[in-house]
Amino acid sequence: MYVIKRLFTMIVTLWIIATLTFIMMHFIPGDPFASDAKMLPDEILENMRAKYNLDKPLAEQYFLYMKDLARFDLGPSIQSKTRDVNTLIAEGFGPSALLGMQSLVMALVLGIGLGIIAALNHNRMLDYLSMFIAIIGISIPSFILAPLLIKYFGVEWGIFPVASWGTWQHTILPSFALALGPLAIIARFVRTSMLEVYNQNYIKTAEAKGLSTFSVVVNHGIRNALIPVISFIGPLFAAIITGTFVIEKIFAIPGIGKYFVDSIFNRDYPVILGTTIFYSIILIITLFIIDLAYRFVDPRIKLTSRGE
Amino acid sequence: MKNSLPEMDSLFRPANPAHFDNTQISRPSLSFWQDAVLKIFKNKMAVLGFVLLTAIILLSIIGPYLVPYSQSEQSLTEGNLTLSGKHWFGTDDLGRDMWARIWAGARISLIIGIASALIDLVIGIAVGGVSGYMAGRGKTGDRIDSFLMRIVEVLYGIPYLLVVILLMVIMEPGLVTMIIALSITGWVGMARIVRGQILQLKQQEYVLAAEKLGTSHSKIIIKHLLPNMMGIIIVTLTFTIPQAIFAESFLSFLGLGVQAPTASWGTMANDSLGTILSGQWWRLFFPALMISLTMFAFNAFGDGLQDALDPRSKN
Repeated sequence: MYVIKRLFTMIVTLWIIATLTFIMMHFIPGDPFASDAKMLPDEILENMRAKYNLDKPLAEQYFLYMKDLARFDLGPSIQSKTRDVNTLIAEGFGPSALLGMQSLVMALVLGIGLGIIAALNHNRMLDYLSMFIAIIGISIPSFILAPLLIKYFGVEWGIFPVASWGTWQHTILPSFALALGPLAIIARFVRTSMLEVYNQNYIKTAEAKGLSTFSVVVNHGIRNALIPVISFIGPLFAAIITGTFVIEKIFAIPGIGKYFVDSIFNRDYPVILGTTIFYSIILIITLFIIDLAYRFVDPRIKLTSRGE
Repeated sequence: MKNSLPEMDSLFRPANPAHFDNTQISRPSLSFWQDAVLKIFKNKMAVLGFVLLTAIILLSIIGPYLVPYSQSEQSLTEGNLTLSGKHWFGTDDLGRDMWARIWAGARISLIIGIASALIDLVIGIAVGGVSGYMAGRGKTGDRIDSFLMRIVEVLYGIPYLLVVILLMVIMEPGLVTMIIALSITGWVGMARIVRGQILQLKQQEYVLAAEKLGTSHSKIIIKHLLPNMMGIIIVTLTFTIPQAIFAESFLSFLGLGVQAPTASWGTMANDSLGTILSGQWWRLFFPALMISLTMFAFNAFGDGLQDALDPRSKN
C-alpha cells in the first residue's frame, strides 16, 4: 500500500514538473526555427511548424505531448532531424552515466577518507593539509580545472589522452575533473560531523573499553556522521549521471549533458521536456532511496508516523 | 526502596564538605555570545580568516580607487602586459588594468555569493527544519513533510536555466535579478541537508525532554535542534558562496549574467581560459587566487565559529 501510494505521488510530482516546464519554455521568447526563418520561404516554415504541431494552440500541443508521454514516447527532436528524443537519450546516457558513477565513487571514497583523517587529527598538520585540499577543490570550478588537467596530464606529460571517448583511459581526466568539487564538499561534511560525533559519550565509551581506532571510526563514528553526506549525494547523483554541460563540451564526450543547455538555447521543445523528464525520474527515485538510506544508516530515524 | 546491605554502608565515609564548595566561582560568568567571541579569538585560524575577509571586503571598497584606471578603460597598445609598477596585477587582452577589475569584480562576486547564500540559509532552514521535524508526527505531520519535499523535488526537477531566462525576460537583467535567479532554486540543497540532520537529531533524549516539558515546536527547532547542527549549516553555507560565484560566471558565459564590460571574478576566470595554453598566467591566477582566498577565509572563520558555537566543546 505504501509503495503504491508513493509511486502515485512520484507520478504526480513528475507531471507537475513536466507541466511547469512546458509552460515556462513556451513563455520565453524565441522559436526553434529562428535561424532558418531568414533563409526559408514562409510556406516551408509553416510546413515545418505543422510537422512538429507548433501551429496548433498551446493547450492542444500540451495534450498531444502528454498523450505521447503516457506511452513513454518523448517525441522527435527538432534540431536533430533524424533521431527522436528517446534515441538521443538512449545513445548518450551510457557515457554520461559511466563518467558520473566513476566520479561519484571517486568523490565518496576519497572525500570520506580525507574527512576522517582530518577529524582524527583535529587542529594538527594533517587536518590543515586536508582542509587545504578541500578548499582548493571547492574553489576551482570544473571549467578551470578541466583545461588545466588537459594541459598538464594530456599535452605536457602525455599520461592520459587529451579528450574524446574510447578506452577507459579517456574517462580518467573527466572523471577527476567532475569528482574534485563533490570530493571536497564531502570531506568537509565528514570532518565536521565526525568532530561532532566524537564529542558524544558513546565514542568515549568505545574508546574507554579499548576498541581500536579503526573499530571506533567504522562501527561508531562514521555511521552517525554520514547523514549530511547522504543528503548531499542524492541530488548530486541524479545531476552527475545525466552528464554535465561543461565537462562534456571540454572533453568532447558523447553524453547527454549538452542537451540540457543546448536544447534551451535552440528552443528545441521536445528535447527540453524529454531531458527534464528523464532527469526528474532519476531524481525522484534517488530521493526516495535516500529516505530509505537514512533509516538504514540510523535505524532510530522514523520518516512516517506508521514507522516506515 | 530496598535498604542496602549494612556491610556496604560501612565501606562509605562521609565526604569533607570543604572539598566541594559549590559557591566558589571558578570562571567568570559569560553569556553564550561572549563565550563564543572569546573562543573565536583564541583560535588562530579563525582570526586569520577574519582578518583576510575584512581585508578582501575593504579592498573591494577602496581597491579600484588606488589605481588611476577604471575597470572598463581599454588601452589596446597595453594588452596582456605582465605585472609591473604601473599595472600591479598586469593587464588583460584589451589592456584593462587587472587590479582595478579584480576589486570591482570582488563587489559583484561577493554580493552575489553572500546574498544568495543568506537567502538559501533562511529559506532552507525554515523548510528543512519544519519538514524534518514534522516527519513522523502524525498524519498531518507526514503530509506537511511530504508536501514540502515534493516542492523541493519540483524545484530540483525544472530546468534551472529556463527559470533564469524567464526571470531575465520578466525583470531587467542585473544584480538583483541574478540573486533572485540563484536563490529561487538554490535553497533546496540547504533544505534537504537541514531536513536530514533534523531527522537524526530529533531522536535524541533532550528533544523528548523538551517536548515533555511543554516547549513549543518552533522553540525546539530553533533553540534545541539548530544549535546542534550549526557545524553542518556553516559548512553548507561556505560552499554555497563559491557555487553562487561560479553559477554567476556560467550564466555570464552563456550571456545571461552581468554584462561586459562589468567584471566579476567568475567572468574574469572564464575569459582567461584561452591563456592556459598561451602563457599569460596572471589572467587566470588572480581571479582564481581571489576566489580561493575568499573560500579559505570563510572556511577558516566558519570552522572557528563552529567550534565556538558548539556548547560541548569547552577548552
